[in-house]
Amino acid sequence: MNNSVFGLAMLVVGMGGTLATLFLITLVIRALCILFPVRPGEKEGKK
Amino acid sequence: MTDAILSALGALFEGARFLFEHGGPNVIMIAVACTMFWLAIARDVEPLLLLPIGFGCLLVNLPLSEVMDTGGVLKTLYEFGIGNELFPLLIFVGIGSMTDFSPLLANPRLLLFGAAGQVGIFVTLILALALGFSKEEAVSVAAIGACDGPTVIYVSNMFAGMDKIPTAMVGALAVAAYSYMALVPVIQPPIMRLLTTRKEREVKMPSPKGKISKAALIAFPIVVTVITGIVAPKGLPLMGMIMLGNFMKVTGVVPRLANASENEIANVSTLFLGLAIGGTMAGQQFLTRETLMVFALGLVAITIDTVGGVLLGKLWYLLSGGKVNPLVGAAGISAYPIAARLVQNEGQRWNKQNHLLMHAMAANTGGQIGSVMAAAIMLSLLKGLGII
Repeated sequence: MNNSVFGLAMLVVGMGGTLATLFLITLVIRALCILFPVRPGEKEGKK
Repeated sequence: MTDAILSALGALFEGARFLFEHGGPNVIMIAVACTMFWLAIARDVEPLLLLPIGFGCLLVNLPLSEVMDTGGVLKTLYEFGIGNELFPLLIFVGIGSMTDFSPLLANPRLLLFGAAGQVGIFVTLILALALGFSKEEAVSVAAIGACDGPTVIYVSNMFAGMDKIPTAMVGALAVAAYSYMALVPVIQPPIMRLLTTRKEREVKMPSPKGKISKAALIAFPIVVTVITGIVAPKGLPLMGMIMLGNFMKVTGVVPRLANASENEIANVSTLFLGLAIGGTMAGQQFLTRETLMVFALGLVAITIDTVGGVLLGKLWYLLSGGKVNPLVGAAGISAYPIAARLVQNEGQRWNKQNHLLMHAMAANTGGQIGSVMAAAIMLSLLKGLGII
């Protein structure tokens, strides 16, 4: 594989993969906050 | 008898003779070591790293030094903790213990700034390839854009272990990465001001409203570890160690381990890592055209990271109808918490009522996750392409 094809592949898949994975993690965080809400009486979590 | 005494005296001055006859590069590197001492002591620039790196550099560049020969003290440290990537990973456990992800959990969308803050990695990769670096060298140089010393050492040393990049390059990369991390307060503000209008910089962002439960904080490191393991298993040691440190901290059941990770383990690993990295900076191997290019490309990488973050911030500003301050995007890099504090200071400079710290901390911890994720994905892609 020549360098330009390699560089472009890394840019597209690498940056795209990073963005997609972090977006997935944002969804997971939202799900965690819904699944594990602050319970009444629980010491207030941090912001 | 006289001959024997003269020969013995000659042996004592052999080092000085070497220095005068062949020691030009060593003298330059000793000056570099002294510069690192000055930066660490007088300017407070990353003293934890620059002091041991500088001392390792001094030790290896003294004439006829044997510290990096087989059995030498720095070579032993290198093989013990850098050659097998142990020290960077132990430091990551400490970083995880020191990191508070709760601002990110309160405002998860800001994690996307952590992706924009990695664009410098991939652009620099293309530039390095265009400048003639091999694929493995280009990936190592690009990793400086992660703005994260241990990640750079982990990635580059993996290639050094396969003889795909010179060992001396690991030292150059590490010094470049740590130097630019320390220079973030110098590099970022002009870019932030250049790319934003006064009106954008003055935008006030309300504090995040949601409270985060302890259960969510505990589940977060486990979930991120699992996702990384599935998406980019080659980077699992990096992410796994950060999340282990954080997991021990947030559970609250092993305070001794969390404190040890944050203090003793991180400190000892930092000392040994710094010395061993300094040991790779022998003048004859270090002073090359490639080293200068590494430093230049490192600066490009961090500049583009900042540009990427701020531009995403500007896009978000437009899409949100002016509710997001684009400065927050500059915090989407891994330099924690320097980048977040910088955004807070810059925001207050233009609007005294502006408190961007919590948002910037969320973006900054997003940058930590993003940088490790980007490195992990790069390594997994290289494996997929059959390069490693």
